[in-house]
Amino acid sequence: MKARLRRQSLAAVVALVVLAGGAIRAQPRTSIVLATTTSTQDSGLLDVLVPRFERERDIEVKVIAVGTGAALRMAATGNADVVLVHAPAAEQPYVDAGDLIDGRLIMHNDFVIVGPADDPAGVRGSISVEAAMRAVAQRGVFVSRGDQSGTHTQELALWKAAGIDPARLDRREETGQGMGATLNVADQRRGYALTDRGTYLALRDRLALGVLFEGDRRLQNLYHAYAVNPAKHPGARLAPALAFIEFLVSPAVQEEIGAFERDEYGQSLFFPDAAPPGAPLSGPADGRG
Amino acid sequence: MQPGLLVISVRTLAISGVATLLAIVVGVPIGYLIARRPFFGRTALLGFVNTGMGMPPVVVGLVVWLVLVRNGPFGPLGLIYTPSAMMLAQFLLATPVIVGFTTASFQALPPRLSDLLRSLGAGPFRTAWLLAREAHIGLLAAVMAAFGAVVSEVGASMIVGGNLARSTRVLTTAIVTETSRGDVERALLLGIVLFALSLVVSLVLTVVQQRNRP
Repeated sequence: MKARLRRQSLAAVVALVVLAGGAIRAQPRTSIVLATTTSTQDSGLLDVLVPRFERERDIEVKVIAVGTGAALRMAATGNADVVLVHAPAAEQPYVDAGDLIDGRLIMHNDFVIVGPADDPAGVRGSISVEAAMRAVAQRGVFVSRGDQSGTHTQELALWKAAGIDPARLDRREETGQGMGATLNVADQRRGYALTDRGTYLALRDRLALGVLFEGDRRLQNLYHAYAVNPAKHPGARLAPALAFIEFLVSPAVQEEIGAFERDEYGQSLFFPDAAPPGAPLSGPADGRG
Repeated sequence: MQPGLLVISVRTLAISGVATLLAIVVGVPIGYLIARRPFFGRTALLGFVNTGMGMPPVVVGLVVWLVLVRNGPFGPLGLIYTPSAMMLAQFLLATPVIVGFTTASFQALPPRLSDLLRSLGAGPFRTAWLLAREAHIGLLAAVMAAFGAVVSEVGASMIVGGNLARSTRVLTTAIVTETSRGDVERALLLGIVLFALSLVVSLVLTVVQQRNRP
């Protein structure tokens, strides 16, 4: 009995080792690290694009989805090969410092201000996004990402434009979490939040929040891709990184970006924007950087 | 806007401390009753308790979240995303640990000790108190294990507390936030503070546990 038990345990251990060995057997193909934002990951867009790229180019992409701030810092410490981010003002210093090169505008969508349907702060019908932010500041609860993501950066820029110091707002809370978790908190607290339209659309069936303000050109959300400069970070893999950026701006993939989930929501989550190489990196509608 | 290290540390200690104290108040008597004499289903009950000692915090957090959200059964209490919700979740995590360790410590005492105390004229409460003093090494181990489990727990606190900077951000959830923000230095600092906090609490309890020992 005991001997049989021992033999069985031995067999189990051997099976485990074989399984583990199979799982970690290194594939000898090239791989790159893509540092990107939670919105591209959470929306499911990368789940469509990355496998297609891996199949077509035989380059493995390791996606690390963090806030834009963290993605940029990963690039600046040489821990990524390519970034896909959405906070032009936060990106510029890294471009100036030479960490990021070969930037291309990939796509855009927009931010919206969501809040309780009965709109206690009277945000609906504001004449500008600054007026909308002032209305929230006066009478509403505002739930912020507070995680230095692209959305958080955008929110801070909007407070600044509205002439409000967010640190002095009593009813503004920071979750330090992703967009979905932040929308849940706003929903439960009957608060307002700034969100990218894609994440809101994906979650709206479970939320009592409605879109209360949209359409201001300040609410445009621009996604750029950059390669990490190997001259500054010797480990960075430039060639496969550029291959990924070229893939993103290729006509077929641009079309796929525009069509992504369009049938599901009746509107596009992302609008393709690839400008020809060398074109300015600013937005398609204005020169804001 | 960013809560200071001190605020987060005190908040962490308060939430996990209260949760552990409540778990002691509820768990020690239950553990004592389970250990006192055999009854039908005791082994099955202990099996459940011991499973509870390894309950995944995220699952407990998820269940508490579902119960406390606005349209959940206890939604009208308005407890979701408050420190009270975190205390409740941590209390549920700590209680099985306290019950399991308490039962084991009382069962490890000489079985006749209880009869001896009764025959010397001690009433049921005095008997329980004297037995608890005899079992204090195991009981303090229970407290340390329970506090250590809840103070280092992150999943439940994140889900039911919401990691709100002004009211519910504790050391563990702050570490997650700072790491995802990319501020690894601050995350590491918070980690060191958390470790120091656990160390101080455990050292104090260990001193109490080990005094009068040869």
